[in-house]
Amino acid sequence: MVLTPERKHEIEQVARQVRIDTIEMTHAAGCGHPGGPMGMADFMATLFIAHLRLDGGNLHDPDRDRMVLGNGHTCAGLYSLLSQKGIFPHELLATFRKLGSPLQGHPHRNPELGIDMSTGSLGTGLSVGAGMALAARLNGWGSRIYVASSDGESQEGQIWEAATSAAHYGLSNLCVLVDFNNIQIDGVMREVMDVRDLRAKYEAFGWHAVEVDGHDVDAVDGALCEARVTDDRPSAIICHTTLGKGVSFMENDAGWHGVAPDDEQATQALAELGV
Amino acid sequence: MLAKTSETTTVETPSAKKIATRDAYGEALVQLGGERDDIVVLDADLSGSTRTKGFSKAFPERFFNMGVAEANMMGTAAGLAAMGKTVFASSFAMFAAGKAWEQIRQSICVPKLDVKICASHAGLTVGEDGKSHQMLEDLTIMGVLPNMTVIVPADAVEARGAVRAAAELEGPVYVRLSRAPTPIVLPDGHTFEPGVGTTLREGADVAIVACGVEVGAALEAAGLLAADGVEARVINMATVKPLDEDLLCRAARECGAVLTAEEHQVRGGLGSAVSDLLARTTPVPMDMVGVDDTFGESGTAEELLVRFGLDGASLAKRARTLIERKS
Ligand SMILES: Cc1ncc(C[n+]2csc(CCOP(=O)(O)OP(=O)(O)O)c2C)c(N)n1
Ligand SMILES: [Mg+2]
Repeated sequence: MVLTPERKHEIEQVARQVRIDTIEMTHAAGCGHPGGPMGMADFMATLFIAHLRLDGGNLHDPDRDRMVLGNGHTCAGLYSLLSQKGIFPHELLATFRKLGSPLQGHPHRNPELGIDMSTGSLGTGLSVGAGMALAARLNGWGSRIYVASSDGESQEGQIWEAATSAAHYGLSNLCVLVDFNNIQIDGVMREVMDVRDLRAKYEAFGWHAVEVDGHDVDAVDGALCEARVTDDRPSAIICHTTLGKGVSFMENDAGWHGVAPDDEQATQALAELGV
Repeated sequence: MLAKTSETTTVETPSAKKIATRDAYGEALVQLGGERDDIVVLDADLSGSTRTKGFSKAFPERFFNMGVAEANMMGTAAGLAAMGKTVFASSFAMFAAGKAWEQIRQSICVPKLDVKICASHAGLTVGEDGKSHQMLEDLTIMGVLPNMTVIVPADAVEARGAVRAAAELEGPVYVRLSRAPTPIVLPDGHTFEPGVGTTLREGADVAIVACGVEVGAALEAAGLLAADGVEARVINMATVKPLDEDLLCRAARECGAVLTAEEHQVRGGLGSAVSDLLARTTPVPMDMVGVDDTFGESGTAEELLVRFGLDGASLAKRARTLIERKS
């Protein structure tokens, strides 16, 4: 399966909108985490547009796919994608991080909005995804469970407990996409605590594991297709990305992990994104 | 919502029959599994000890051994529950509650999922394994979590009911179970209702409010006190959260003094919850029996209860001193 030019264009447009929404949401909130979602935009858009069976029409189907955002701080991107999939209106994004909003600073499970799990504490998402995958299998559902994770989150021991058990139970309906940007809060991941070769690690834990350029939507799509036909083990896709991708002054700067752009920065960022 | 009617049954002395609450759990689980195919059970390499083994034999397709990885077990339980399953997750209380607290908070309590944590080997009565395994802080750290219901069955009869109630209750439940066989203190056919305390013995000189193994000790203490003409009311407060507030306030008003007893740190458990309620509503002289800011040690269950002042005679002594403080 290869992406048609139309599909590819659609994904690119959705990814661009994720970046725009992320800038606008964090700017409006005056806080939040713009760097991660902008780096993840291309692989997440590929997942949401070409693979994830979740939209306004099937939201309440029990056997639809699920999405767990293990690196919950990157939820501006998730919210943008859910709105772009028609699950809730785009205007709701303006309430991000504000009192009373369902779009909390870190995801809070909300079946009406397609937010499939509460996260924010790093390390918890993959276990939950594994549990969902077990349930789907028990029920004979075709649901695929996608978990987003990150290089920083891979430092958590619970990730490797989950990796062990998901492989043990042969959860081929489980797929983790790891945002590998070599950045975490305190700086460069390789310097803070090097997680080394995540592809080799997942493989050693019994997973089907591949490494892709997380901005190459054809490559990501290919990896997601491969994961779907892997029928005896869970799949890990290590996505190499650039934090803050698309905005020159944000790229690769750990300072943009969790700081919102001010008025001037937001204007410049949006201009760079072609707004 | 939890029903709020209190029932009174009269039980004079503990019966001689002893069954561990974990055994009752194991049996109830098999029964439940037969009735409901949405029940899934997880364990962390302790299925023989926690008694989930029976379920694993009866329903192998719905039992998952998660290995020695409690944090992942709780997350997996959350994922199963998010897909509509009612999940029982078991390990020793020390590791279920202690090792995986934050996962229980983030993945189970925050999204209010149907995960029932049935933790065995709680308290001093673990015995010889000693302090590393004697969980004395679980009521504190489970009870403080929003959305969590906390149940400490007094005996095997009540444990059976508590497990069934846990399956029916909406949201997370923590059920505290014991390793050691303990006497049956509640009448056969007693129906456990979450949030409802049981008055096991009437009296108006002092109220002894207990949970778990201490209910037996409280009844024993009441017997000793009665020999001196002191009538102690004995209340089994199996649901530590939410408390049966009406029953407790009435007991405070009518008895004028309240003694709590639990196999747990004296701070942060049943005693703290009761004193918190009574201080705000019905202040009366109180005393709290429990482990006083120290860890446990090796010994037999019975030796340890005496060593830490949790036996019937110690409770009676504390009750006498408390009654002297009544104005
Ligand atoms: C258990 C836990 N510890 C610490 C944090 C605080 N925290 C939030 S994001 C983060 C860095 C995670 O690294 P990564 O996901 O790679 O960050 P990014 O690439 O998005 O900048 C930390 C330490 C947390 N949310 N959870
Ligand atoms: Mg990172």
